[in-house]
Amino acid sequence: MSEWIVEVRNLNKYFGRHHVLKDINLRVRFGEVVSIIGASGSGKSTLLRCLNGLEPIQSGEIFIDGVCITRSGVNLSKVRQSIGMIFQSFNLFPHMTALENITLAPRRVKKIPQAEAERIALELLRKVGLEEKAYSYPAQLSGGQKQRVAIARSLAMNPKVMMFDEPTSALDPETVKDVLDVMKELAQEGMTMIVVTHEMGFAREVSHRIVHLDDGRIIEEGSPEEVLYRPKHPRTKEFLSKVINI
Amino acid sequence: MSFDFSALYRALPSLLMGATVTLRITSLSIALGLCIGIVAGLCRVWPSSVLRALSGVYIEIIRGTPLLVQIFLVYFGLPALGINLDPFLAGVIAMGINSGAYVGEIVRGGIESIARGQMEAALSLGMTWRQAMYYVILPQAFVRILPPLGNEFIALLKDSSLVSTIAIAELTRTGQIIITRTFKSFEIWSGVALFYFLMTYAISRIVRFSEKRLWYSE
Ligand SMILES: Nc1ncnc2c1ncn2[C@@H]1O[C@H](COP(=O)(O)OP(=O)(O)OP(=O)(O)O)[C@@H](O)[C@H]1O
Ligand SMILES: [Mg+2]
Repeated sequence: MSEWIVEVRNLNKYFGRHHVLKDINLRVRFGEVVSIIGASGSGKSTLLRCLNGLEPIQSGEIFIDGVCITRSGVNLSKVRQSIGMIFQSFNLFPHMTALENITLAPRRVKKIPQAEAERIALELLRKVGLEEKAYSYPAQLSGGQKQRVAIARSLAMNPKVMMFDEPTSALDPETVKDVLDVMKELAQEGMTMIVVTHEMGFAREVSHRIVHLDDGRIIEEGSPEEVLYRPKHPRTKEFLSKVINI
Repeated sequence: MSFDFSALYRALPSLLMGATVTLRITSLSIALGLCIGIVAGLCRVWPSSVLRALSGVYIEIIRGTPLLVQIFLVYFGLPALGINLDPFLAGVIAMGINSGAYVGEIVRGGIESIARGQMEAALSLGMTWRQAMYYVILPQAFVRILPPLGNEFIALLKDSSLVSTIAIAELTRTGQIIITRTFKSFEIWSGVALFYFLMTYAISRIVRFSEKRLWYSE
């Protein structure tokens, strides 16, 4: 087993003729928390989507826990079981209760018996502070609650890495903190995390490394102190001057 | 000229018989159409492009030709290939194949109306495309499919009057026969219309009822 849970080599991604990701090289260690920052349209979501095989790539290689997922014939469903993905828009299943949302994949994919899956789900709901919402439907939950259920749903598959695509940017300010607190707790427990975020405070406090994506290219990468306080690249300085309020 | 209620009253038992034939042929056609349509609709969104193309061709051809011609093709045309069907069976097959195309489009539309994020969330959890379809997409699509499906059933019930042309004694045909005996056109056609209306009204009530039972807030 290699020391890298995620390894991206020379990744290039096009949408038609639009070159969206340019020669990306990125490695993430087990237990590491990496934040990806960058302007709108710089390719952050696309990068995450490539990492779990939701977007095909045109060249390069992606390894997840040593398995090359960009080779043809790879069992993507199997690989995705070990990658949790949190979307900006939650994407909870509206026809299922919180509990059913969380137990669906463990039961159908991992064939865990219902009682056992529900026990795990309730434990996870307690962890994200929503035990009393087990039997609520998504429509009955606030944005922050939905996102925490979505996190519990991903955790139920016992992933090796969790990816977050702007998990709080669709939320009301008052519920952002609950979600960030859950994410901090996860980070402290040693979960490997890749987080696309505009929350610079969170990025500084929680991440081991910050990556700046600019127009499809990684132009700066380093510890939060290096990237946020002593950026080398003029584009990073420019970007930070626009967003930073730390 | 006055409305001769007694003529209509005397015709009621025959019209009722005709209506039951209409109901029988329609429900069998609906069943066949649902089977074909669900498969065709799923093929329209299946990852395999061959299946997508095949079901696309089927749907386009059926929707681009009149049902009456399709009925004639099955009943008068197939014997040329040595396939002789009795009128009832020919009617059911023609109407079922016809309805399958419309149901297929409804099913496709319902599936595609479910936000792409739902499929992606399911896939991200490690489900296969089929599992995601079965557990996540179809249950949601079903709720949205019900109202247009109800409309299709109603349209099919009304269109079943076309099989009167291949000598099936359904409601319309029964009306024609009674009129050739009684010459009470206005009374009998009114009765026929009333029977059609009662049946379509019943379908729309049933659909609305099941919609309510199934609805969850999104
Ligand atoms: N499905 C698609 N088809 C074509 N172009 C796309 C598609 N998805 C994204 N793009 C384009 O790729 C580029 C990168 O998009 P992406 O969503 O990855 O940016 P982002 O960094 O996540 O931005 P944001 O902060 O607004 O979420 C954009 O120019 C976008 O218009
Ligand atoms: Mg994005």
